[in-house]
Amino acid sequence: MKIQNPLNLLNTKPKKVTALVIAVALLLILPKTGLLSPYLVRILTMISLYSMLALSLNLLTGFTGLVSIGHAGFCAVGGYTSALMWQYTGLPWVVTAIAGMIVAGIVGLMLGAPTSRLSGSYLTIATLGFGEIVKMIALNWQSFTGGPLGVNHIERPVFFGITLTTFNSGFFYLSVVLTALVTLVVYRIVHSKMGRAFMSIRDDSLAATLMGVDVTAYKLKSFIISAAIAGLGGAFYVHFVRFLDPNTFNFDISIIIISIVILGGTGSIPGSFLGAVLLISFPEILRFASEYRFIIYGLILVLMMRFKPEGILGGHSNRKLRLMKGVDTYGY
Amino acid sequence: MILQQIFDGLTLGIVYALIAVGYSLVFGVLRLVNFAHGATYAFGAHIAMVVIVSANFGLFWGFIASVIVTGLMTMLMDRIALRPLRIKKSKGISALITTIGCSYIIQNTLMIVFGSRSKWFPKIFDYGNFNVGGILVKSTQVGIIAVSVALLLALTYVVHKTKIGLAMRAVQQNSKAASLMGIDVNKVVSFTFFLGGASAAVAGTLISGYYQIVNPQMGFVAGLKAFSAAVLGGIGILHGAVFGGLVVGLAESLAAYYIGGGYRDAVAFIILIAVLIFRPNGLFGKKVIEKV
Amino acid sequence: MDTKTQAILDVKNLSIHFGGLKAVDDVSFHVNRGEIISIIGPNGAGKTTVFNMLTGVYKPTFGQIFFNGEEIHGLTPQQIVKAGMARTFQNIRLFGDMRVIQNVLLGMHTNTHYNFIDLIFRTKKFRTIEKEKQQKAVDILKFLGLERYVHDYPTNLPYGDQRKVEIARAIATNAKLILLDEPAAGMNPEESEELLAFIRSLASQGFTILLIEHDMNLVMNISDRIYVIDHGRKIAEGLPQEIATNKDVIVAYLGEEEMDEEEVENA
Repeated sequence: MKIQNPLNLLNTKPKKVTALVIAVALLLILPKTGLLSPYLVRILTMISLYSMLALSLNLLTGFTGLVSIGHAGFCAVGGYTSALMWQYTGLPWVVTAIAGMIVAGIVGLMLGAPTSRLSGSYLTIATLGFGEIVKMIALNWQSFTGGPLGVNHIERPVFFGITLTTFNSGFFYLSVVLTALVTLVVYRIVHSKMGRAFMSIRDDSLAATLMGVDVTAYKLKSFIISAAIAGLGGAFYVHFVRFLDPNTFNFDISIIIISIVILGGTGSIPGSFLGAVLLISFPEILRFASEYRFIIYGLILVLMMRFKPEGILGGHSNRKLRLMKGVDTYGY
Repeated sequence: MILQQIFDGLTLGIVYALIAVGYSLVFGVLRLVNFAHGATYAFGAHIAMVVIVSANFGLFWGFIASVIVTGLMTMLMDRIALRPLRIKKSKGISALITTIGCSYIIQNTLMIVFGSRSKWFPKIFDYGNFNVGGILVKSTQVGIIAVSVALLLALTYVVHKTKIGLAMRAVQQNSKAASLMGIDVNKVVSFTFFLGGASAAVAGTLISGYYQIVNPQMGFVAGLKAFSAAVLGGIGILHGAVFGGLVVGLAESLAAYYIGGGYRDAVAFIILIAVLIFRPNGLFGKKVIEKV
Repeated sequence: MDTKTQAILDVKNLSIHFGGLKAVDDVSFHVNRGEIISIIGPNGAGKTTVFNMLTGVYKPTFGQIFFNGEEIHGLTPQQIVKAGMARTFQNIRLFGDMRVIQNVLLGMHTNTHYNFIDLIFRTKKFRTIEKEKQQKAVDILKFLGLERYVHDYPTNLPYGDQRKVEIARAIATNAKLILLDEPAAGMNPEESEELLAFIRSLASQGFTILLIEHDMNLVMNISDRIYVIDHGRKIAEGLPQEIATNKDVIVAYLGEEEMDEEEVENA
């Protein structure tokens, strides 16, 4: 009856799993082959980190429709929590990073609760104000945060007695694992009651309310989860570069993250990866352009809004929605 | 001493008011927060610097050139980047993101052309200091207040007493009806952007002459403060923006004195977030009921 | 049987004032289980405002609303949906960037019970419930003859089918009482004829329908009873044939031509 499209063969599950396994294996072996310089490994790590940050913002902006341009503020909260906790207690990274996530999540709640009534532009500007307030607290609470001098010589994470470095590719592996976990979490949220509630708020929050969605509660949930993931990214980054000051997570970082989300595609998980690959690698590939990188980020925002506001991989998909196994759709 | 803080605060405040009016004008007509307004202000200051310092024309020509070039630049920005979105009837947030992009383009172009370090700007209206009832009054401050007040009055006159001002208010009320009545909405929007850009340029020049420093990044914080002012007064409402500007300037000056200079900039953000939480329509704004 | 015990919805002296404007003034009506009741009136009469009070969008200035015998004053829209009342909108308000099935699944939001841990770890509970709900959503779509749109985005559907998806979403909430806000608006005569037949079939399936309509002729055939409001006040009630000959109603509708179409609802 139906003629099989040869491409559909790739969609069968065992093939997909095999492809994924091969891809992961390649990714893990790659740094060990000696083909990649530490410099390239570093860039791959950054791409992985920014993919994670973009996924976190995508959950808030792409899926829930709340545009944040203060996302670096959450990274800063996670980064400072982790770095200071290490400084004051010496606890291992896993503990300080989880603390960073929790504190960032709480701060997400603190920002989300009062601003949840705001819509559109107002919320966006409030997130910007938030990012600046975080920066100012970090700068002025000198006795605790180190003020403008920041925190130096932050310890690298240690797993099973091995200290992670760029040279042993430890940071790369860690970032890949974290990004994979974040991807899984975001995917599962999106394909659940929670993700549907987020998207309904994005599409029409009043209709969502009248269908029984507690809009405020779900906006807060989106804020908390997004902030916690960004906090994790911050906690990773500061132990990676081993230094943190109030300027580490400035407005430029927020702009990079939102540019990635918008270029790659709002509401698209693969989009966040594509955006990160493009925007993090281009200043390295086009060295001559790196001076102009922030102009290019600005141009990307303008051009995307003009010609493809949903982003490269965003917007309506032609593929069928993945439903639970065994759901009978009567042939459709 | 407190009177001194109040006076200094009001001087700053009247300039913030000038920037805030730019946000309000554009918001009134387009319901758009023009995020690039802060960068526009920095742009204006740089044009003035080129004319006054590099080309060695006087302050007067600095103002004129800055107003014209900056005004045209903002008109161009609207024409190239924003008008197509209106034609496409894009979502409101698209226009906001576009202005964020424009802000980045302007600010970083300034950085590449002029370098990211701070540059010297001559003190303006420098005729010495006076002591008025125990307050140190600098002639620069008097000049700044005079120029700002004159410009604010002129803007009010334009909006309330001229034909184009009437058209602006008509578009503000209902742009569809205005266009049906034969008003060229695009022309009104262009003019509004010109006014916004021009007032930001004057404000940029005044503040540069006050602190004697120009920096490509100066627009970021100033823009946010002025936006806070506009929101405090009720964005879209001219006298609200002026009132908000004065309050923000005053609060900043007092906070710097009583809490510490480090938190100087934080005050405006705290005001902003507080207003957004407790009175999102501002002190003079009206409540809107959502349509079902 | 006593009508009081039968009434699924009983509205008494409902009023709302916006400033000095009495958008709805002292309106009372009731809906019995299994009935199709219409509220009609000229544009701007306050019909949608009544719906907005029933569904918790606006708080009435005066008056009481009893749903299933319980007063619902002060309940949030979510609680009202949970109690079994769901609505559609005059200007279709589907979630445009979600699939049709996701729109229907969203209707089941309040009765999908798994928590964050379940969805993150895809526990057995999650898989069981999610599968059951997805199947139910497909089945509701099939019940409305929309199963071919399961994977589509609602904006790509013909107008009439979009209205049906809105009804599917309302049914998915488990509502017993469905409020339809001008369901035939923007439809051609054929489409609206088909829709009315469909509404009738819903009633025969056990749903209770309250619909508001601007066009009086449209609801004459399907309504059990009709209420007429004009300028926020109830001016008539009764069986369709009584309404058709009611003088006040005729005046209200004839007078309408001379009036501006002021949308009091949207004030």
